[in-house]
Amino acid sequence: MPSYRQLIASAIVVLLLALLPLAGSRYAIDLTTEVLIYALFALSLNVLIGFTGNISFGHAAYFAIGGYACAILLTTYGWPLALALPAAVVLAGLVAAVVGYFCVRLTQIYFAMLTLAFAMLVWGVAFKWKEVTGGDDGFTGIKMPAMISHHIGYFYFTLITVAAGIAALWVICHSAFGLTLVAIRENSVRAGFIGVDTRHMRWAAFTVAGTFGGLAGALFGMYHRGMYIENAFWTESANVLIMVLLGGIYSFIGPIIGAAVLHLLQTFTNQYTPYWPTVLGLILLVIVMVLPDGLIGLARRVRGRGGRP
Amino acid sequence: MTAMLHIDGLWKTFAGFVATRDVSFDLMAGETHAIIGPNGAGKTTFFNLITGHLRPDKGSVSFEGRDLVDLPPQKIVRLGIARSFQRINIYPRLTVFENVQVALIAHEGQQWNLFRPGRSLHRQGTQELLELVGLAPEALETAGELSYGKQKQLELAIALASQPRLLLLDEPTAGMSPQETGETIASVRDIVKARGLTLLFTEHDMSVVFGIAERISVLHHGEIIASGAPDAVRNDPEVKRVYLGEHAHG
Ligand SMILES: Nc1ncnc2c1ncn2[C@@H]1O[C@H](COP(=O)(O)OP(=O)(O)OP(=O)(O)O)[C@@H](O)[C@H]1O
Ligand SMILES: [Mg+2]
Repeated sequence: MPSYRQLIASAIVVLLLALLPLAGSRYAIDLTTEVLIYALFALSLNVLIGFTGNISFGHAAYFAIGGYACAILLTTYGWPLALALPAAVVLAGLVAAVVGYFCVRLTQIYFAMLTLAFAMLVWGVAFKWKEVTGGDDGFTGIKMPAMISHHIGYFYFTLITVAAGIAALWVICHSAFGLTLVAIRENSVRAGFIGVDTRHMRWAAFTVAGTFGGLAGALFGMYHRGMYIENAFWTESANVLIMVLLGGIYSFIGPIIGAAVLHLLQTFTNQYTPYWPTVLGLILLVIVMVLPDGLIGLARRVRGRGGRP
Repeated sequence: MTAMLHIDGLWKTFAGFVATRDVSFDLMAGETHAIIGPNGAGKTTFFNLITGHLRPDKGSVSFEGRDLVDLPPQKIVRLGIARSFQRINIYPRLTVFENVQVALIAHEGQQWNLFRPGRSLHRQGTQELLELVGLAPEALETAGELSYGKQKQLELAIALASQPRLLLLDEPTAGMSPQETGETIASVRDIVKARGLTLLFTEHDMSVVFGIAERISVLHHGEIIASGAPDAVRNDPEVKRVYLGEHAHG
């Protein structure tokens, strides 16, 4: 169970966010919607990275599958949102289960390379399967349910969905399952010797990560009213990986902070210079050189506590 | 009486180097048995072959009538064999408490529970095990920051959490202070007695070996060169020549 302090703090954050449309401009609301979606995306990846100790270079694949599937089901097949969204999430989870089945046979850099390879396949499918996905023109003109077609309605929809997703991930990460994943991250050999089938557990973690990544992707596609092959590209996987590292992999909320900071930085940087990739490089440099456990790690050090998860 | 652990014609080579040479070995239920031998004799390799960490080239290992050779470690643990490691093998960034707690979670098969908060489970069982090995005061410390001797004690607690019937300890007191060695051996002896465990251990400290072993086997160049009651082994001329001789002063 979360402590009362944590529960109250989370409730206050959600409430404050819910008040945003009263005060904020359209710009602020849209930006917050984007941050919320990226926060969920980054958290889903951290199930693999921070909790299980497996670095995926292909997490955009599940984001894209969730996004495309939801978009296609809503628009091409005219499904209601209440069916299209869960179906898209389940599909992303299923694909993650299939891909993960192969990936967890490997570890470390080989694992990472295989996740990247599968993600490139997903990109290839989105690119080639033009009649379904729109190919490199993207899949545009998503049919949105009236209730959430306005940007404020969509903001609330995103807020509720992301809050529920984060709550679910919180429970999973702090469950007996989550603690066992951390043990695997810390020492997978020893985890085997206490009776844990580490490969099965890593497979499950991969599937959980893909499922929630798919949910984030579905929200993203509807928000933009379209999905594009770039959303499945490896740069997207790198971006979310950097969010996770920037926030800090050894804490649950680190990736949320990382997602917010990176996305806001990117948005503001793009307003003034075309050099976002350079700025991103500098950010990476800072993470590697001085923030090995991210902004959360930094905050902990400033407060004089260790960087323990 | 049939043996609890029955090993027949076991071989293991590493790139042509024979680490385990035609070892046959029987361990009776309830026995406290020491494996001794010089550095590099193949003691750890022998443990690795039993517990599924390594696969033998040839030969069989059976535990209570079940063949272990093709089983992975996690299946072997579930049959009732747990081990500690000579080289510290813990979860360094978890607390001491969590190191043991997660072993209890795994023992109960709760690692698949995605809802129950992990840190709320087996608090009492964890506490009891930590008290048993004398680590209760360090419960909330980060395991990787403990002294070497205390990390060895944690090794023991983790192994015990799997509630084995056969316990394998690979040099349980190596690197401990004399006081820690004394305490650890006393608690091992108590636990073995209280739980009716079968114990197979390796150890270089001869006072520990002759203090608690009921039977001793001597490994040399991967072969068992003597096996029997402590006194018989102590007086075996071959054993004296290859091993105990060098410990005359130790
Ligand atoms: N994985 C491995 N790969 C190659 N050689 C190995 C491996 N494991 C052990 N050996 C070699 O096998 C021999 C036996 O090693 P082992 O660790 O079993 O000895 P030991 O009796 O436990 O020694 P110690 O008393 O020093 O712990 C050594 O020569 C060692 O170098
Ligand atoms: Mg050894």
